[in-house]
Amino acid sequence: MPLLEVSGLVRRFGGVTAVGGVDLSVEEGRLVSVIGPNGAGKTTLFNLITGLDRPDEGKVSFDGADITGFAPEKLAHLRLARTFQHGRVFANLSVLGNVLVGAHARLRAARPRLPVLGALGELALALIQPGSVRREEAALRAEALAIIARFGERLLPRQDQPAYSLSYANRRRVEIARALALSPRLLLLDEPTAGMNQTETAEMQALIAELKASGLTILLIEHKLDMVMSLSDEVVVMDDGKVIARGLPQAVRHDPAVIEAYLGHREVGGGAAEKALAEAAE
Amino acid sequence: MTSWLDHTINGLIVGNIYALLAVGLALIFGVSRLINFAHGSVYVVGAYIGWVAVAHLHTPLPVTILLVAAGSALLGLLIERFGLRPLQGSTKIAPLLATIGISFVLDQIVQIVFTPDPRALPSQLPDWRFQIGGGTIGALDILIAAIGFTSAVLLFGFLRFTKLGWAVRATAQDRDAARQMGVDVDQVNRIVFAIASALGGLSGLLVGMYYNYIDPAMSFQATLKGVVAEVVGGVGNIPGAIVGSLILGLVESYGIALLGTSYRNLFAFILLVVILVLRPNGLFASKRQLPPEPLTGTFIAPSKPVPLPTPALLAALAVAAVLPLVIAQPYLLQTLTNAWLYALLGISLTLIAGTVGQISLGHAALLAIGGYTSALLTLDLGVPVGLSILAAGFVAAGLGTLLAWPAFRLRGHYVTIATLAIGEIVSLAILNWESLTRGPIGVFGIPPISLFGYPIESARAVYWFTLAILAVLAALQLRLLRSHLGRAWRAVRDDDVAARSYGIALDRYKALAFITGGFAAGISGGVTSHLYSFINHETFNAQLSILALTIVILGGMGNVFGAIVGSVLLIGLPEVFRVAAEYRVLIYGLVLLLLIRFRPQGLFGTV
Ligand SMILES: Nc1ncnc2c1ncn2[C@@H]1O[C@H](COP(=O)(O)OP(=O)(O)OP(=O)(O)O)[C@@H](O)[C@H]1O
Ligand SMILES: [Mg+2]
Repeated sequence: MPLLEVSGLVRRFGGVTAVGGVDLSVEEGRLVSVIGPNGAGKTTLFNLITGLDRPDEGKVSFDGADITGFAPEKLAHLRLARTFQHGRVFANLSVLGNVLVGAHARLRAARPRLPVLGALGELALALIQPGSVRREEAALRAEALAIIARFGERLLPRQDQPAYSLSYANRRRVEIARALALSPRLLLLDEPTAGMNQTETAEMQALIAELKASGLTILLIEHKLDMVMSLSDEVVVMDDGKVIARGLPQAVRHDPAVIEAYLGHREVGGGAAEKALAEAAE
Repeated sequence: MTSWLDHTINGLIVGNIYALLAVGLALIFGVSRLINFAHGSVYVVGAYIGWVAVAHLHTPLPVTILLVAAGSALLGLLIERFGLRPLQGSTKIAPLLATIGISFVLDQIVQIVFTPDPRALPSQLPDWRFQIGGGTIGALDILIAAIGFTSAVLLFGFLRFTKLGWAVRATAQDRDAARQMGVDVDQVNRIVFAIASALGGLSGLLVGMYYNYIDPAMSFQATLKGVVAEVVGGVGNIPGAIVGSLILGLVESYGIALLGTSYRNLFAFILLVVILVLRPNGLFASKRQLPPEPLTGTFIAPSKPVPLPTPALLAALAVAAVLPLVIAQPYLLQTLTNAWLYALLGISLTLIAGTVGQISLGHAALLAIGGYTSALLTLDLGVPVGLSILAAGFVAAGLGTLLAWPAFRLRGHYVTIATLAIGEIVSLAILNWESLTRGPIGVFGIPPISLFGYPIESARAVYWFTLAILAVLAALQLRLLRSHLGRAWRAVRDDDVAARSYGIALDRYKALAFITGGFAAGISGGVTSHLYSFINHETFNAQLSILALTIVILGGMGNVFGAIVGSVLLIGLPEVFRVAAEYRVLIYGLVLLLLIRFRPQGLFGTV
């Protein structure tokens, strides 16, 4: 049984069909990439899967259970983690604080429990700070620091700096660190290397390869096709809200429909992607 | 049946007046995505310009109308140029706060120049009315309808057929795109403020003539009515604003016919909250849309907080604690006691507005709930005073959270509007629920504070009592801020979408903040009621909410120590320098404006 299964997903915005009947499945431990020109509907697909937007039609299942239209906070408790294309760090929180928020859904002190009493209990625990809560917090801090350490000199020396003071690339790293803190069962990355230079991209690629090797299931949106080709077990190509090709990276990159889709969108500004595709196809 | 026609005509006429306000608000929102809280002040200034023209210059009606329109337009230009333009590129909340500050300053200036007393504003029109069906229409009704209609036609023509009007529409659609196409966006802003203010001023003139009554306090109500009409029609939607205004006028008119005048505003505010919750984009909004992507972290000024080590805080507390042994004048101690009570309100609001980013303008309602709870428990049920103050905290926490609940699903400026309306609803409920609250008379003879039978009446004892409460609650709040709750709250403020994606249920954490903040504010209100021994529905008014916000911004958003220092400065200094009451509010408004412009992170920084 696939970990994530999407079937017949549709989302329309007025006249635009951003996602028009997408099927997708991701097996446990695999890395599937979604590529496609700008405006293809990739981010909208992510939003539909992660509950930030609700589909007009179709179904999303996770680990066999129907999660269509679930609120994002509920999905976090199922350990579905995502990063955002345009970067959404908590600007006034420190790097460490950001990563700790990533682990929020794992906190025993913050379990939802009963509607009103659960919340009051959470307040009481935060006020009293019994030993169990303090120990949990300390363990989490250690874990968060270990995650930050994976980003080496990029983040470790900056762990106490507020996120707004970081460079763009570092904010993206913080987002990924935050997602890892959830110890996700499924990680969705929306263009993790957008705005990064070559060295930084290579670093990110190495990190994602490492995550994959550790057994993490990943759904990746990426325009840099070299990276997609070398990381993915499967590539899904979208255009105009529809899947136009899917399969092994080698097969997809020679697919005429894919090349056509990228070339057809030259004026839309998928320039970088197009160039990468051409390079990858050589 | 006859009277129904009268109520309908009356509703439409009043709706027409609201439309002049709401259309201006919609225009401004359209081009600058700002809800202009200073709009009611322009309306008041318009009314007073009219009064000066009629009563002193004896101008004929057309000249009066022209003077009012021109004077108000000029005021709009000044507001835009000196109040808002300098804030371009600052945090999203800054212009909103600035318009609040501007409205404070303008209202206060009007009050100082013309005194707070109401005045008559005769309409200069013949006093005939003619009969239609069962109702009557007077000359003034026709004038109002004519001005409303003419303005709408002129505005439509301007937007539709002139180059500048096209620029306004282009800017409203997409500001950046318009700028790239060579539209002078600043000029569009100026024009829009001028037109909107001219309409707002005219509205003030017409209301003054309609009721033959003006006073400086009309400003706040006018802003609220305009905002209600605008929200009903969908913010930024000009035809929507007109329809929304007429609906509001009719709802009020029929409501008054059914239940009486004192309920008038209640309808407006309940309509507002219902619309905000059920149809936040207005009655005529199109399909559901995703919230626009925020530029993360721009809502609140980012800054490094000034580090305040615990020993320093303890030292400050120790100094505060020994002060009564050094200071002999009870007057100074009373002032500081007052400051501690405001600081309780401040730490409450700094949590909700600063830490969680829900800029509440109804915070005085929490004080009112606390004050009435403690007062009525002691007087009506014989509960001992200490216990009643504790109960005040719990009731304000519980009831405050329930009342704020509809605002939890809103974001940004809408939270501010909704909390403002909810605050007004509380105050109107207190006024009208006579069997419980004693209505407009207020509650007399509230017993002084005592604890376990020991009276706490000397200036010193009261000082220590309030200081101790403040110290305990501030320490608890700091403890919460250091826990995972503090993290979750700040995450909600910085980016609620990302926060949800990591498992933070917004309702739950907003509710926890309101419970925590409501408790502190309720205690403050409770203690205050026993110190004053008399409270009524005006004791905890909307001005207090704005003062609290100024305290919070002065100290730094979310900054507990900052809120305490802010309140000592804002309450203490005017007292020490014996500033007269009417200038005090002016100072608060100016402080707010200067802070937003020059030090948005406050004295101690955002936490
Ligand atoms: N909230 C929205 N309202 C209206 N239209 C939208 C909305 N979100 C997305 N769209 C439209 O849906 C289409 C798909 O957008 P989406 O952001 O999913 O593309 P994408 O594949 O992620 O593109 P990119 O590579 O540029 O990130 C686009 O035409 C976009 O304009
Ligand atoms: Mg995208």
